[in-house]
Amino acid sequence: MNHAPLAAEFVKDRPRAQWHDATLWFVRAKRDKAAQSLPEWETLRDCAAQIKAHTQYRLADYLEQFEREATKRGAVVHWARDAAEHNKIVLGLLRNRGVTKLVKSKSMLTEECHLNPYLERNGIEVVDTDLGERIVQLAGEPPSHIVLPAIHKKKEDVGAIFHKFLGTDEGATDPNYLAEAARAHLRAKFVAADAGLTGVNFAIAETGGLVVCTNEGNADLGVSLPKLHIASMGIEKLIPRAADLGVFIRLLARSATGQPITAYTSHFHGPRPGGELHIVLVDNGRTSIRANEDFRRSLNCIRCGACMNTCPVYRRSGGHSYETSVPGPIGSILAPAGDPAKFYSLPQACSLCGSCTDVCPVKIDLHHQLLTWRGELGRKGLISWHKRLGMKLGSFMFRHPAVYRTVGTVARKLTPWLPRSLVYNRFNTWGRQRELPEFPAESFRQQFKRRSREQQR
Amino acid sequence: MPTVGLFIPCYVDQLYPRVGMATVELLEERGYRVEFPTGQTCCGQPMANTGCTAEARPLAERFLELFGKYEYVVAPSGSCVAMVRCHYDEYLAGRPGFEELKAKTFELTEFLVDVAKVDRFSRRFPHRVGLHQSCHGLRELRLGSSSERMVAHYSKAEKLLRMLDGVQLVPLARADECCGFGGTFAVAEEAVSCMMGDDRIHDHESAGAEVITAGDMSCLMHLEGLIRRQHKPLRVMHLAEILAGDKL
Repeated sequence: MNHAPLAAEFVKDRPRAQWHDATLWFVRAKRDKAAQSLPEWETLRDCAAQIKAHTQYRLADYLEQFEREATKRGAVVHWARDAAEHNKIVLGLLRNRGVTKLVKSKSMLTEECHLNPYLERNGIEVVDTDLGERIVQLAGEPPSHIVLPAIHKKKEDVGAIFHKFLGTDEGATDPNYLAEAARAHLRAKFVAADAGLTGVNFAIAETGGLVVCTNEGNADLGVSLPKLHIASMGIEKLIPRAADLGVFIRLLARSATGQPITAYTSHFHGPRPGGELHIVLVDNGRTSIRANEDFRRSLNCIRCGACMNTCPVYRRSGGHSYETSVPGPIGSILAPAGDPAKFYSLPQACSLCGSCTDVCPVKIDLHHQLLTWRGELGRKGLISWHKRLGMKLGSFMFRHPAVYRTVGTVARKLTPWLPRSLVYNRFNTWGRQRELPEFPAESFRQQFKRRSREQQR
Repeated sequence: MPTVGLFIPCYVDQLYPRVGMATVELLEERGYRVEFPTGQTCCGQPMANTGCTAEARPLAERFLELFGKYEYVVAPSGSCVAMVRCHYDEYLAGRPGFEELKAKTFELTEFLVDVAKVDRFSRRFPHRVGLHQSCHGLRELRLGSSSERMVAHYSKAEKLLRMLDGVQLVPLARADECCGFGGTFAVAEEAVSCMMGDDRIHDHESAGAEVITAGDMSCLMHLEGLIRRQHKPLRVMHLAEILAGDKL
């Protein structure tokens, strides 16, 4: 797997890539406006980063406290070491209660665990109820963005999908009409469901409560009709106190979409009367990321997606080019932690511009971690041989100034005399769309030396 | 007056000698003695950014040996200075003289504003100028406020440019988006890199710029490569060239 060819494929349709870029830049601009509205924005970011760092250091204590408090409130807490265990726990809960129809609100964790195909193989109908997620589910695709799962689809694409699966009029693209059709379709699914599964935005150790943020209210509906509510969460979603919540709620929606707050911020403290609440705490590699001092801060992530919206590469290559459940800058740090050989190209899919680091509401030093990953991959031998050879030769040349000067002089003198077809050969990737610089007769050091001699005279 | 150890990035040495000479002129006219340690080649950033840290290490060590003795080290590049100040720790932490080296190594515009305290130029540059904020200068060295952070606006490059008579800075739709150069990224992710460059050029063109300027010649090399291939009238000039009085 390699990001670059998939990105090149996306860029090939330049008008569509430009549309994708502009759509996400619009969200980034909305975020800027929302952030500007809070004079304390940078203080909030500092606080959030500190709360998360504190929580990471005392994670074991807070997890146990959370379990105690949640259990006191009548929830059942499950622990899953990895994706397989998580999926097994969920399936077990459904099977024991004879559930065949499950409605889900947005959960990137279940994407990470590939829960849907697993449940479907085991005879459960799974319906994603977030509109964007439902669109990509019908299209048979993974989400391309963690907050805006179908952002790569134009309304014409959605119209075609809905025509095929929901029977809307052929060629219909009116967003209101399509949304209304989705509403009717999903309403029937909500009513028929035997269980609801939600993700978790924040889990509060002090109260044992969960907080789920949505714009569509689909999480609330999904767990208010059926008796069984399953909440799946990564162990990094924990915050210590209810009082800390405000810091994150103020940052989350502003960073994600530029809204002051999501339309629904739902608090679940124990099951509703007559119902069941099962919370599945998932590790799936998080403990080993936490153990690594370089990458620990990546667990601060609150999944706002701001790093994707601002990333000049993501905006132009699309989420699917990353081939991971969480794409973009944060995904390029998390994915290689799970499987470095598979995701070796992601830390290189970055110009190291640092915009992600500056936009991140919890101050993850994303671009520095991507750079650190490159070094890790180098040490693991996961850098292509030609890159490695090039850098070895380069390093040799730069350690020997005479060699460097000679190579420079020969290249500068020779290249202008070579036929264009030879310079712009098919291995010259730079020259596919770009001219090489004009080669000067003298280097700086030659000019400087000559000038110093002339001045002495 | 103090002596400045001139740190000229390898590609500027070989491909853009005028940028180096303009830097010398700007420093000398403020009274600094400029020395160019001839043993210098490259700071090692290409190796470090590719993940070849073992290949970068000896170059970082050479750099400390060559430049440790100067009162100031100045380079016309935010990216190469960021390598020294923000990324050499991995190779040189704890070495004698390293902390001092970091504290006395400056990017050119930063040196002119913060150390030389330049507050006027008696020069003209009567043109519409698009200022490209090179990323490493902006977000590693903080030579200006980045658009993501909610802090008061400032830009050292802008401050210097405004001291020239006739300069008209054009307003960009995206004030500080990356040009897409990114070192080996420019080749490894050629398609995205070139689209990023095209988009930057389009922004400057739409804003009516005659010339794009930046603190890093690498960004401009990439943008100029696209501009020349597409036969656009837009020009590129390094900040040092404009400040030193070069004509468009």
